[in-house]
Amino acid sequence: MAKWILELQDIYKDYMQGKLVVPVLKAVNFRMREGEYVAIMGPSGSGKSTLMNIIGCLDLPTKGKIFLDGNDISTYSENELSDIRLKTIGFVFQRFHLLARQSALANVEMPLGYAHVPRRERRERAFRALERVGLADRVNFLPNQLSGGQMQRVAIARAIVNNPKLLLADEPTGALDSKSGAQVMDLFEKLNEEGVSVLMITHDRNIARQAGRMVTIFDGELR
Amino acid sequence: MIENIRLAFRGILAHKFRSFLTMLGIIIGIAAIMAIYSVITGTNEQIKEDLIGSGNNAVTVTLYQGDYQYEAEYGSGTPPILTQKLKDRVKSLAHVTGATFYYSRDYTQNVFYMNTRFSGGKIYGVDSDYLETCAYQVIGGRGFVPQDYARFAKVALVDANASESLFQGVHPLGKTIEIGQEPFVVVGIIDKKADAMPKVETMMEFNEYYSSTVGTIFIPDKSWPTVFKFDEPMNAVVKADNTDNMSTVGKAAADVLNESIGSATSNFVYKADDILEKVRNTQQLQQSTNMLLIVVAAISLVVGGIGVANIMLVTVTERTSEIGLKKAIGARKRTIRAQFLTEAIVLTSLGGIIGVLGGLGLSKIVSNVMEVPTALSLTAIAVAVSVSMLTGIISGLFPAIKASNLNPIDALRSE
Ligand SMILES: Nc1ncnc2c1ncn2[C@@H]1O[C@H](COP(=O)(O)OP(=O)(O)OP(=O)(O)O)[C@@H](O)[C@H]1O
Ligand SMILES: [Mg+2]
Repeated sequence: MAKWILELQDIYKDYMQGKLVVPVLKAVNFRMREGEYVAIMGPSGSGKSTLMNIIGCLDLPTKGKIFLDGNDISTYSENELSDIRLKTIGFVFQRFHLLARQSALANVEMPLGYAHVPRRERRERAFRALERVGLADRVNFLPNQLSGGQMQRVAIARAIVNNPKLLLADEPTGALDSKSGAQVMDLFEKLNEEGVSVLMITHDRNIARQAGRMVTIFDGELR
Repeated sequence: MIENIRLAFRGILAHKFRSFLTMLGIIIGIAAIMAIYSVITGTNEQIKEDLIGSGNNAVTVTLYQGDYQYEAEYGSGTPPILTQKLKDRVKSLAHVTGATFYYSRDYTQNVFYMNTRFSGGKIYGVDSDYLETCAYQVIGGRGFVPQDYARFAKVALVDANASESLFQGVHPLGKTIEIGQEPFVVVGIIDKKADAMPKVETMMEFNEYYSSTVGTIFIPDKSWPTVFKFDEPMNAVVKADNTDNMSTVGKAAADVLNESIGSATSNFVYKADDILEKVRNTQQLQQSTNMLLIVVAAISLVVGGIGVANIMLVTVTERTSEIGLKKAIGARKRTIRAQFLTEAIVLTSLGGIIGVLGGLGLSKIVSNVMEVPTALSLTAIAVAVSVSMLTGIISGLFPAIKASNLNPIDALRSE
C-alpha cells in the first residue's frame, strides 16, 4: 500500500467574531494516500475552503496536527511553510488568479523563479507544463486573450510546474461553463493517472464522482 | 535581483504618469542640490585660483620679529643671513620643486630715475633662482646672467608697474637709475607669467595683490650690500609640486630656516604665508551661505520621499491579490519585500538620475545668468544618486514590509 501523503489529526479551527468564538472546523480527522484522488463536498459555509487553506499551509489550525508527506508541519517556520507551498503542494483556485500583465508562460514560470531555477531551464519547464495541459499553442497569450477554461489550465500548469506531490483545488470548475469544466476535470484525471495526488473541493456531485473517493463536510465536521 | 529590477520597471511603466509625478519631488530635490553644489564647487575653485594663481604653487616664507613682519626701519638686531647651503637643504625637502632667497625692502625712498623718486616702490635683491621660482618672465631685454653675480654688476630689472611709475613713458631699457647713490643700469623688464596671475575681481583682492602699484625693482643679491646694509631681511619663496602641498611645504621650509637661525637672536622667526588657509576661510564663507539652500533642497527631498512612500502604499493595496497569490504559490516574505523595495529604489534612482541631469542643466543656466562659475563634480553626482537610492530604501521599507506581511488568504479573497 502507498504511504500517506496527507494526514490530519483532530483539526480544530475557530474564528473570532469580535469577542465571539466561531468554531468552523471541529475535530477533523482525515488521511489520504499517495496517488489518491479525493473530492470534498459540502454545503456553502461548511468549512471546505477553511480546511483547504489549512492543508495548503496558508492558514494555521487552532488545534491539531498536520502531516504532509510524513512531516509534521505544525512545527515549521514561515519560510519552511513557504517552501512546502512552493515544492510539495500545487494550488488551483476557483478564480484562477493569473497575473493579468504577464503571458501564460511568464505566469507558469513564476514559482520556478522562487525556487531559483536558472532562466533557461525555467522557460523549458514552463513550456512543458503548458504542453501537459494542452496549451502549447497559447504560450505567449495574455490571460485576457484566453477563455476561462484555458485560464484555469494555465493556472493548473503553474500549480504542477514544480512537480508537487499533492494538488489542491478549491472549486476549480466553479467559474467555468460545463464544457470547459469537463475539460479541466479530464485534466485532473490525467494528472492523477500520472501519479499526482489530487484533493478537490466541489459542489457538483457529478464532478465528485470522477474522484476515487468522496468525503463530505457538514458544519465543520467530516462525515 | 535583475528579475526584481525588471519587475520594478514593469510596475513603473504600467503607470507612467503617476510614476513621473511621484518622482517629481525627488527630481526637484536632487536637481536643486546638484545645481547648488556645482555652483559652490565652481565658486570655490574660482576662489582658489584667484588667490593662489594657477600652476605656480609658490609660498613666501617671510621673516618676522615677534608678531610683526620684520622691517629694517622698525626692527632691532641683525636679521639672519640665509646661505646657499640652507637653500640646498630647502630644495631637498619633500614636495619642493624650487626655492629662492631674496633681500627685500618695502617703501624705498632712495631710488631715483632722473628727478623722479621711486616712492613707495619695493626693491628686491634676488638670487639666480628668483625669476623661475616666482614665475616671472622677461618681456624686454634680458634677465640676470652668472656674470652679473660674479662681478657684483650694478644692473637692475624692473617689473611692468615700476617701468610705468618710474619712467612714465620713457623706455626703461639701458637707462640708468640711482639706488642709494649708486648707478644701476636697467637691463630687462619682467612680468608675471600670464598663467600665474591671480584673477582680480573685487576690491579686496585688488588690495591683497596690488598693494603696491608702484612696482618692484630687482637687483642681484650679490650687489645688495653695495647699496644696503645687512639689516634688510632675507626672505624665501619655495615652490610646491602641487597646490594642496603648499601649506606643508611652506611650514617645512620655515622650520628649516628657523632651525638655522636658532632661538637666541632677537626673537626672529620665519613664517610661511598660509595662502591655503586664506582660501579655506573665504570658501567657508561661501559654503555657509549656500548651506541654507542645501537644507531647503533636502527638505524637498524629504517631501519627495514621503510622496514615494505614499504611492508605494497605494501600489501595495492595489496589488493585494497579486501579493497573496505570490505568497500562496511559494514566495517567501523576503522575496515580496525585495520586490517592493526594489521598485521604490528604482523609482527614486530614476528620479535621482533625471534630477542630476536637470541639475547640471540648471547649473549651466545659473552660471550663465548670474555669471558665476560652476564645476561638474563626479562626487556630487555619486552622492546625489546614492541619496536618491537611500530615499528609496527609507520610503520603500514600510510599504514593502506591509506587503510581505499580508495574509495570503485575505489577500486572495480580495478581488
Ligand atoms: N476570516 C474569517 N473570519 C471569520 N469567519 C470566517 C472567516 N473565514 C471564514 N469564516 C467562516 O467560516 C465558515 C466557513 O467558511 P468557508 O469559506 O470555509 O466555507 P466553504 O465551505 O468554503 O463555503 P463555499 O462553498 O461557499 O466556498 C463560514 O461560516 C465563514 O463565515
Ligand atoms: Mg469555499
